Amino acid sequence: MNFVLLIFLPIMAALFVPLLFRKLKDIHTGWFVLLVPVSLFIYYIGFIKTTMDGGHALSELQWIPSLGISFVSYIDGLSLLFTLLITGIGALVVLYSIFYLDKRKEKLNHFYVYLLIFMSAMLGVVQSDNVISLYLFWELTSISSFLLIGYWSTRDGSRFGALKSMMITVFGGLMMLGGFVLLGIMGDTFSIRELIANAPTFVGHEYFTLALVLVLLGAFTKSAQFPFHIWLPDAMEAPTPVSAYLHSATMVKAGLYLVARFTPIFAVSEVWIWLVAGIGLVTLFWGSFFAVKQTDLKAILAFSTVSQLGLIMSLLGAGALAYHSDDPFFKLATFAAIFHLINHATFKGSLFMIAGIVDHETGTRDIRKLGGLMSIMPVSFTVAFIGSMSMAGLPPFNGFLSKEMFLQSMLAIRHFELFNFATWGILFPVIAWIASVFTLVYSFYFVFKTFAGQQKSEPLPIKPHEAPVGMLVSPVILATLVVGIFFIPNLIGKWLVKPAVMAVQPDLYSHPSEVDVDVAAWHGFDAPELWMTVSLVGVGLVLFLTLKRWQKMYDIQPEYLSLNALYDSAMFVSEGGMNKLSRFYMTGLIRTYLIYMFAFIAAITAATLFIKEAFVVDMDSFSPINLYGVLTAIVLVVAVCMVLLAKTRLSAIIALGAVGYAVALFFVIFKAPDLALTQLVIETISVALFLLAFKHLPSLNNHGQTKRNKLGNLIIAAGVGITVTLVALSAHSQKLIPSISQYYKDTVATEAGGGNIVNVILVDYRGFDTLFEIAVLSIAGIAVIAMIRLKLSRKGESTDENK
Amino acid sequence: MKTNDVILQTTTKFVFFIIFLFSIHIFFAGHYTPGGGFVGGLLTAGAIVLLLLAFDLKTVQKALPFNFTIVTAIGLLLSLGTAAGSIFFNVPFFTHAFDYFTLPLFGKTSLHTAMIFDAGVYLVVVGAAVTMIQTIGGDE
Repeated sequence: MNFVLLIFLPIMAALFVPLLFRKLKDIHTGWFVLLVPVSLFIYYIGFIKTTMDGGHALSELQWIPSLGISFVSYIDGLSLLFTLLITGIGALVVLYSIFYLDKRKEKLNHFYVYLLIFMSAMLGVVQSDNVISLYLFWELTSISSFLLIGYWSTRDGSRFGALKSMMITVFGGLMMLGGFVLLGIMGDTFSIRELIANAPTFVGHEYFTLALVLVLLGAFTKSAQFPFHIWLPDAMEAPTPVSAYLHSATMVKAGLYLVARFTPIFAVSEVWIWLVAGIGLVTLFWGSFFAVKQTDLKAILAFSTVSQLGLIMSLLGAGALAYHSDDPFFKLATFAAIFHLINHATFKGSLFMIAGIVDHETGTRDIRKLGGLMSIMPVSFTVAFIGSMSMAGLPPFNGFLSKEMFLQSMLAIRHFELFNFATWGILFPVIAWIASVFTLVYSFYFVFKTFAGQQKSEPLPIKPHEAPVGMLVSPVILATLVVGIFFIPNLIGKWLVKPAVMAVQPDLYSHPSEVDVDVAAWHGFDAPELWMTVSLVGVGLVLFLTLKRWQKMYDIQPEYLSLNALYDSAMFVSEGGMNKLSRFYMTGLIRTYLIYMFAFIAAITAATLFIKEAFVVDMDSFSPINLYGVLTAIVLVVAVCMVLLAKTRLSAIIALGAVGYAVALFFVIFKAPDLALTQLVIETISVALFLLAFKHLPSLNNHGQTKRNKLGNLIIAAGVGITVTLVALSAHSQKLIPSISQYYKDTVATEAGGGNIVNVILVDYRGFDTLFEIAVLSIAGIAVIAMIRLKLSRKGESTDENK
Repeated sequence: MKTNDVILQTTTKFVFFIIFLFSIHIFFAGHYTPGGGFVGGLLTAGAIVLLLLAFDLKTVQKALPFNFTIVTAIGLLLSLGTAAGSIFFNVPFFTHAFDYFTLPLFGKTSLHTAMIFDAGVYLVVVGAAVTMIQTIGGDE
């Protein structure tokens, strides 16, 4: 089966969503949408067998073969893992959204269309083997994320957050495209597999480092790495199912996917290791540190997501060390990265859903107003507890396992000798430890401040109660996975993680079973990571209990020194600057624009004519002057002068009509009946149109034009006239290539089955032109309606496009 | 715009049909002699303009109860459909087909997909031109 088409299944399904929403109002549209991710999930599970053996599946759909661009679905361990996350979490999120979004109040037709577009885009990102189509899907995820964040488009915050995420991720996407093009130049192919095969030849290439940095910019902006993470907290304006899906489980992991996918190409580089591991570590610390500052439940989760993404990123960076050393310690990192990626999707997904439930059932997400919900919402509390403890890295939850492996990998970096790691490597375990302490603090902060303690005296907006069963199903399933994975980590490792590790490091392994990692909860008393965990739990608990005393410390940082302030002022300055720039030349008067256009046409054409020395006149090629021609020319000139000298608009219009008819006469004299006919009719209709519109036009005045303006206009007008005449004369006097007319004469009857070349050109030879022209004509017709019938209100300055 | 010009109105009633028939003739003739969908459409639009000048907008709308915006859309779809239709026969976009048939009354006649395309052009031109004229002329 051509399974590349399955990437487009969600988008195709999206076509039916508005219809289902309209026609079947009684059934929540989500139930239909749910079928898509569920069936895809079931289908893709079938590939596990292939990838477990280290194999892959491939399906291709040609798109632009001449440029080497195609849609390819390349399923190996890594892409399969992501595919299953996208469809699996997608199914749970859709199920959750059915209960979260009211079918009567919400614009479900919009919501599910965006969500399905996103699903297609995301599948495309992780399955594409062609970097250009990968880029296409990548931007599509940005766009659908923009639409979903801005779903409640009447809220200022939603629009702001949507724009911010779009600005940052699309910036990164464009950088990444640059990187892809450079890679394409270096490897002479757009296929990732072929690029990986050619990778050894890239080292030392002048574009290598540049391509690396550009691709990383794409990955870092998407995965909200420091300092680009600022868009993620603002993206929390999206409905909670979206936050759970896009902004924790899938889209923000696209950057991680990219880094993992390109590891075989770039891992040999020192810059890659430092950037990926270093930025990842900084992000890990930054996110966890600032998560404690937040008071909004979803904002805490957003910062924790930033931090966890940083953790996985740094592990991927550390995994690249395996390319430089045979020490088995370094091989652990990639496994840990992939394993934590799965675990993070499970516990963070469930936590987001709980945050949504709390919001839904109490009416607020402000942690300062919440408290003591444990007895009212026992199921939600249990799920939140499981998720948070896993996030904090405590047993018996899956987060503990991957966290231990993370600490192990960070400790291992100390032993790496190359690239100055001997001096700076010690920083990695230290920062990792500090960040883990804060991770523990915010996990406790999230769950206990919401659910434990006393209810606040101030009543909540809605009287809290437990969520409906349907809403709890998805988080409970995820929480079950959180616990379940702890007990069967090696099975998950065999099915999903090891094939993915092999895909990330194809040079090191030839079969997934060679990935020599055995996940265990207990490594004995002499394992350093155990003592790291014990110590960080101790310190974390102390910090959590004294939270009230030191949380104020966050206020020391003034608002204007934050990255957000930097973004805001950058946006403000660029918007203001652009406005000023465009106001400078966009006067809102057609007159001015015509002056620009004509001046440029005349100047550029004339300059080209003389630079290329193309101005040649061959008098012999002209046809003889006849009496009719002379007479018509006189009429034409007189009519033109009348247009210029006319005192009223009416006489100017009539004179202009005369100009048109005189031109039509020329066509008659020079035997062009088609043109003559068209010109005559056009002229008639436009004069009639003018007469109809006459009463709307203001009386003719000079619009405050001075003599100098008029002189300028005269020069431009004369310039255009002279240039066009020169071009016509030169074009007629020299023929570089034989005229195409002969070809038309030869083929018009045989190939096109016609007799009138002019018409056959219109409908056949150059049918494309005609098609576009009638499209333009239709648009113009609609524009006239829009301008006149709808009468857009003219408030404020009409020149201000923003209003 | 209320006019009551008996001579103009009476003449228009005849002339309109003459122009209209001529436009149809020109449209069909286009493939072999001067004419075609574009001119044909313009002529029809001209005939309608004449009606508008002789009678008022409401009378004309009653006499020609079409929504000309929809006429434009139909024309555009027809043209695009003709161009895209070739894809289904596994030939490049915009490949026309033609053949000669012997039809009753007409004798040997050429049937050409270009004519369907041209009919789309005709409708777009009529639709867009009349839409513009009606909109501008009807605005109070």
